[in-house]
This record gives sequence, structure tokens and C-alpha cells, in this order.
Amino acid sequence: MSFDLNDILPQLANGSAHTHALGFVLEGRDEDRIRLRVPWREDLVGDPDTGVLSSGLVTTLLDHVGGMAVWVAAKQFVPIATLDLRVDYMRAAHPRRDLIAEARCYRLTHSIAFVRAWAFEDSPDDPAAAAQSAYMVDSRAGRPIGANLKPKGSASA
Amino acid sequence: MSDLLNRQPYARFLGLETATEDGVLTVTMPFADHLVGDPILPALHGGSTAALLEFTAIAQLAQAYPALKLPRPINVSVAYLRSGRPLAVHARARISKAGRRVANVLAEAWQDDPAQPIASLTAHFLMSSNN
Repeated sequence: MSFDLNDILPQLANGSAHTHALGFVLEGRDEDRIRLRVPWREDLVGDPDTGVLSSGLVTTLLDHVGGMAVWVAAKQFVPIATLDLRVDYMRAAHPRRDLIAEARCYRLTHSIAFVRAWAFEDSPDDPAAAAQSAYMVDSRAGRPIGANLKPKGSASA
Repeated sequence: MSDLLNRQPYARFLGLETATEDGVLTVTMPFADHLVGDPILPALHGGSTAALLEFTAIAQLAQAYPALKLPRPINVSVAYLRSGRPLAVHARARISKAGRRVANVLAEAWQDDPAQPIASLTAHFLMSSNN
């Protein structure tokens, strides 16, 4: 099975139920850097007094764009799982504004991918948040479709 | 749900529910289709679990320091220990240190067995008074 990764990037941006519900959209790709946008929405806000997107949503955006950077580095879709993710919130996001996240996988080994990512409104030079994360590559190895639906003990965690 | 989380639109988007028993706060994210990030396994999106942990830490701080404004995260570090199955996720937080300006909080999330956490969080929050 082979297809051009660029053709499926829009689906990888919002093809799951969660990313679709959040309204993520692919913003673009420039070589090994990839950008994802989350359009501002009232129900994604943290503190309703400020109209600023929730920091938990920013974490999800950075987690997801980081995963997309792994696929860009691997030049294909492979099952991945976030191992850990650290997010610094340098400033509050601007009220009622979309956020863009950009990520780059700066090291890809056989089993682990190392990623840095930023979230901003206008320019990566003025980030609201930054992330450093690591992903397991080919995380599903050996686990069949629906593995998580089986009773505990019949599939490895 | 506590007033605090109920006021936050994104906590409502995730469907978070709060329960307090003997002073211990537990935040639950009931399973919902729109939380799934990997439809093949299927597994919850790690971001939804991370957000649950962060909200749990904030709710724990707000419970311990009701006079303070909503604590703002400085940074969070999440370790994903097991994939989140299509089940409810529960989370509890512990305040390791609360200084005048910064609090450090640990939180863990699990599904059917608290001894088998699916994710853990370490976070720093900026504390500021209302006046």
C-alpha cells in the first residue's frame, strides 16, 4: 500500500472523532515543518471571562501537531503514541483568536521520535506555548485492530 | 460538577464531572465518541486525557485555596503510561508544594484500576490573589 503522505495530511489533521470535534485543520507544510490550526470557538474556551482558548486544548493541539511532524519525518503514516509531552505556557493566548501550531521532528530513531512544537496566533517568534515531546513509533506493533476492546488480560497494555 | 469546572466551556466540552468524597476530589471524563483519537485500536486522544489531568489539578488547587483566582498553568508535563481504552477516565491530584506564587501539583488518571494509571501529570501553576 503506498500513497503520497501529502495527500492524506488533511485527513490526519482532523480524521479522528476528537480532532474533528475540535475543528483542527491542516494549515500547511514547509519541508519538515507542519502547521495545524484550531479556529477559535466559544466551547473551546477555558475561562469564559477572558474568551481565551483553554490551555488543555493548546496541549491537545501541540500533541497532535507533534504527531503529524513524526509522520512527515517518517515520510509515511505509521501508528504512533505520545510517550511524554511537556508544555510551557509563556503567555495567555489572545482572546477570540485562532491558534496555529507548528512542529518539527528533529530526531527520528527506529522506535522513538523527538519533537518540538510552538503555538501562536501570528508568528512563531511570538509563541503563546511551546512543547517538547517524544513519541513511540509503530506503537501498535503486533496489536490487532480492536485490541483495546478486548477484556483486560487478553491483550497486552 | 463543581462550579469551577462547570464554568469552563472546554471542561463541559470534555464532559467532566466532579465528585468529592471525604475531602478527596475525583474528576471523571465519561467515555464519549468525540474523545477518540485513534479509531483503529480504538484509543482516547492523549490530549483529552492531558486536559482532564490539567483540569483536575486546577480544581484541586481551587478547592484548597478558594480565595485565590483561577490558577494559571506555567508548565505541564504529561507521561502517557497506557493507551486510553474507550471507557471513563478518572483523575486525582495532589498538591506537592504551594508557595506564595507557585504551586506544584501531581495528578494521575486511570480507568478501571487506580493501580494501573494511564497517564500522569506534573505541573506548575501561578497563584494570584483576587485583590
